[in-house]
Amino acid sequence: MTMFHLARRQPWLITVLVFVILAIVNTILQPSFVDPTVMRSNLSTFLPLILVAIGQTYVILAGDIDLSVGSIVALVNVVTVTVITLLGGTLGAVFGGLAAGFCVGLLCGLINGFFISGLRFQPIVTTFATGIIFAGLAIWVLPQAGLPVPDAYWQTYTESLLGLPVVLLVLIFGAIFTLVVSRLPFHTRLIAVGGNRTGAFQSGLQLGGLRIGAYMISGAFASFAALCLTGETASGDPLLGASLALSSISAVVLGGTALAGGFGNATGSIVGALVLGMIGNVIFFAGLPFEYQTLVQGLIVLAALAGGVFVTRR
Amino acid sequence: MNSNQSRITALIADPLTIAIAASVALLLIGEILSPGFAQGTQIVRLLTVAAILGIVAAGQNIVILGGREGIDLSVGSLISLGAVLAGNMMNGQNSGIPLAVIVAGGIPFLIGLINGIGITFVRIPPLVMTLGMTAVIQGGLVVYSQGVPSGAAAPLLSGFINQPLVFGIPGILFVWVAIAAIMLFVLRRTSFGFAIYAIGSNERAATLVGLPVQLIRTLIYGFSGLFAGLAGVCVIGYTGTSFISVGDQYVLPSVIAVVIGGTSLAGGAGGYLGTMAGAVALTILQSVLITLNLDVWARQVIFGLTLLALMLLYGRQKKLRV
Repeated sequence: MTMFHLARRQPWLITVLVFVILAIVNTILQPSFVDPTVMRSNLSTFLPLILVAIGQTYVILAGDIDLSVGSIVALVNVVTVTVITLLGGTLGAVFGGLAAGFCVGLLCGLINGFFISGLRFQPIVTTFATGIIFAGLAIWVLPQAGLPVPDAYWQTYTESLLGLPVVLLVLIFGAIFTLVVSRLPFHTRLIAVGGNRTGAFQSGLQLGGLRIGAYMISGAFASFAALCLTGETASGDPLLGASLALSSISAVVLGGTALAGGFGNATGSIVGALVLGMIGNVIFFAGLPFEYQTLVQGLIVLAALAGGVFVTRR
Repeated sequence: MNSNQSRITALIADPLTIAIAASVALLLIGEILSPGFAQGTQIVRLLTVAAILGIVAAGQNIVILGGREGIDLSVGSLISLGAVLAGNMMNGQNSGIPLAVIVAGGIPFLIGLINGIGITFVRIPPLVMTLGMTAVIQGGLVVYSQGVPSGAAAPLLSGFINQPLVFGIPGILFVWVAIAAIMLFVLRRTSFGFAIYAIGSNERAATLVGLPVQLIRTLIYGFSGLFAGLAGVCVIGYTGTSFISVGDQYVLPSVIAVVIGGTSLAGGAGGYLGTMAGAVALTILQSVLITLNLDVWARQVIFGLTLLALMLLYGRQKKLRV
């Protein structure tokens, strides 16, 4: 087996290689990069995108797409902080807020799945539309940014548990989740649905349940991302997450998943999200004039996407 | 008798009829809520706004017709680019208008061609390619403008778009009608138009009969860029000045206008007449929502729900069980 065949079968290996190169470049440009505090702060910046990208992967594997993830993040964020405030800001209130946020995320995923799989709506326009609705509801719940969460919330998020930083624990949870799911029949069936929908239907797979399930996983991981963002910002903001839809799709493509569905895995998307974050880091520390940073970042991401598609296309 | 009935049923189910009926109904609702809403001058005003959307949607329409999950999400940033370029070429001088139109149409056309090349030859999915291009264009705009809004519309252009030209109708509406005539002629009477339908409905068959599929698809995205750039010129004429995100608000409506107008998102079926009706209906809907004096969130929720309701009418995909 040549290198090229290996790369075509396991495209995420290239992404890992790119990640290592970026890490080396980043360390040269910013020597404090390997410092544990800096690594933790980097990880907590990248974490929301990593989590959203994990959820997005399952939707894309099934041949669909979720453009509403950014709005779900905003809605979960404002619901969580509002519930915590309404319940009085105690420890119990924090748990109540977390649970409410998680339920909202699941519900958003269920709504998307219902329209797209149940009523056979077109995924791109539907999740665009539900995204507008979720964002509108977020503004309704909390019209203006504010409502600080209790100190215990963000302190726990920035502290360590069992000797490991909480952000690292969340990342490990995400990685284990993707590895476990990739060995379940659910994953194989999702790939069947994305690769050949008619064939999957004719062989008796429950298409509706599988696609709705994928959207609910996406909603759930968007809510995890929102809860992490809440730990980072320590307050509510109805306009959070606007760029997450595009970046999560980019992360999934960089992670070696085919955008048409039917091939890939969510572990690769974690690496893809890390690469996207590191590109931003490297550009920032390369000392480019500020006005050029967005342009250069856009060009690199576009080139990376073209490369990713070139390798995964079949 | 029977064929008459089926003709009437077909007419009622036609997206074009639904979009026109929806426009009239919305006008009536607007008139009831706020008398004067459906006045002549007010309708001309609404049509002016719809014309800008309609010009963008012309490009979006052929991209979607061309199939293979065709969609152009870079039109928003291309409108902004067109507006900023046109503003800087004119700088408030009438003599700068020809150059402004050439530059603001030409550069987005070239960027659209790059979109098309990425989509056809590198086979990047249109959604990813055009969204990625959006980030690049926005970055380019930051560099070009150095973060400061600059340029201004020439008085002649502003007058052409905002002031009546003849019979109380501003010039932009004549431009829209001309664009519509060209679109309808090209789509219904020329081989290029037939080729768009052909590659959109069955790309394999189109390749087998010898159509230059990749060239046609690349050109489609180029024209979408051109229309977006020209819409940018109209935007700066309409508002007088431009900022680097002025076009963002047109991305979703341009797709929706096409879908409301009965063009299938799967490609290969539909046309521009429906899209025009869709653009008018959308503009009136937004105007009614503003007249209702609703909060931002309620406007957003109602807008989203309307889209879902429209999808229920004719945005549904085929059943797997036949």
